[in-house]
Amino acid sequence: MPIITVENLHKRYGEKVAVADVSFTVDEGEIFGVVGRNGAGKTTTIECVAGLRTPTSGTVRVAADLKQEVGVQLQDCSLPDKIRVGEALDLYASFYANPARPADLLAEVGLDPKKKFATLSGGQRQRLSIALALVGKPRIAILDELTTGLDPQSRRDTWELIERIKERGVTVLLVTHFMEEVERLCDRVAVISEGRVLAVDTPAGLIARADGSDRVIFRTTGSVEALKSLPEVASVSVVGDQVTVTGNRDVLHAVVAALPAGQIADLRTERTTLDDAFLTLTGL
Amino acid sequence: MAVIIPARLAVVEAKLYLREPVAVFFAVVLPLALLLVLGAAIPDFRKPAEDMGGYRPVDTHLPAMMIMLSVLTVAFSILPSVLVLYRERGVLRRMSTTPVRPISVLTVQLALNVATAVIATALMLVFGNLILDVPYPRMFLAFLGVFVLGSVTMFGIGLALAAVAPNSRVVQGAGAGVMFPLLFLGGMWLPRPLMPEVLVVISDYSPTGAFGQALTDVFTGRAPSLLHLAVLAVWAAAAIFAAARWFRWE
Repeated sequence: MPIITVENLHKRYGEKVAVADVSFTVDEGEIFGVVGRNGAGKTTTIECVAGLRTPTSGTVRVAADLKQEVGVQLQDCSLPDKIRVGEALDLYASFYANPARPADLLAEVGLDPKKKFATLSGGQRQRLSIALALVGKPRIAILDELTTGLDPQSRRDTWELIERIKERGVTVLLVTHFMEEVERLCDRVAVISEGRVLAVDTPAGLIARADGSDRVIFRTTGSVEALKSLPEVASVSVVGDQVTVTGNRDVLHAVVAALPAGQIADLRTERTTLDDAFLTLTGL
Repeated sequence: MAVIIPARLAVVEAKLYLREPVAVFFAVVLPLALLLVLGAAIPDFRKPAEDMGGYRPVDTHLPAMMIMLSVLTVAFSILPSVLVLYRERGVLRRMSTTPVRPISVLTVQLALNVATAVIATALMLVFGNLILDVPYPRMFLAFLGVFVLGSVTMFGIGLALAAVAPNSRVVQGAGAGVMFPLLFLGGMWLPRPLMPEVLVVISDYSPTGAFGQALTDVFTGRAPSLLHLAVLAVWAAAAIFAAARWFRWE
């Protein structure tokens, strides 16, 4: 039984269609990603799920109390400059019936409760924002672009935090445009383009869908004619002494087994990445 | 539709309010200092003035103007700035995802600013009495009534400003742009008895002219004119309607 069901969501502002037709379901306990280019309709979609916007048509069902049991982290939401980190968390904790202990959350996100909001770095603000989304001990956390603008270390720290949230059984709905983030965190993703869902799948499923082929690239002085007849190989191309062989997942083993040892140099393989899959799916 | 104000929200907003000393300075310290310094430094203010109906300006016109200055500072400048800044920065939107509704923040901010104006007024009455021998208003209930009606009007106008201003820069400019002409019409720099006739009529129908004269009247021991009370009530109703109609949380 899904905890979030979105069916034929359509949202229009005047003449401008922000979301054309989006449907997906999120199961309890999973990390579900919504990916797409800027302006694809990701944020509008999850703001409809969070109850911040009313769909023009279509249905959004959330099997939880939107105010008490759903924690939301939004883009472009900040706090008063002079509020201290500890005050902000205590304040938000006071809004909920059964909140987490602010001190525990602060330790988890590694923030100093005495610091004022204005003095926090971008990464610290982002972590505070996540902490505020979690302070009500939500069953569902909705996080919009949570690592945009963070340095690589803060980004990894944030990912670990999300993984710990998932371990507690919290369902996470995550908007992102980082494929690395999707690969690391998401159980399933919906790829959205121009307000429509192109695919809903696991990250591995998306890669397989886009183009399953692997490429083996090496230099050799010997003949590569024999490779062309192998069942694992789809194509062989030679430019000077550089050879590129494409094929299925076993193509690397087949190539290495078919050529005499000592004739291959600078061998590397390229796999279809989630980035490639995303670009293929969204039409580039 | 009861608005539940979480105690913690009131405490945190109060702390944030006090962390902006500029606000407290302009709303409390400045009017009080002006009352005491002008009252002490200008001998004419302590002599019965013919155009003031034989009363000392320091007992009537001066405290009325300084009380109005304090109310206008919080209502036109401090309250709208904070509300628009909170809206602009998503503070209200953020709160709307929690069990607490953003109208709680508005209510707390309104209460804090009203409290500031009340404290400033009380300090001016007490120190005016101790230092300049300004008598307490004889018709104290009438004084309270005029103060409450005038404050409702001014805060209503402030909320309407916050409702229609697109961003915090505009609301600060608009607040000042509205406040100074209104203070002038209220008689801050040119007391109403010295105004040309046309200006008196305009002043009569302006919120500050009505508020300033009604306050001066109760300090003098006279009942405020019905015209001025009606003008205040109409401005209050119009402003509160506009604020309720156009206020946006995001």
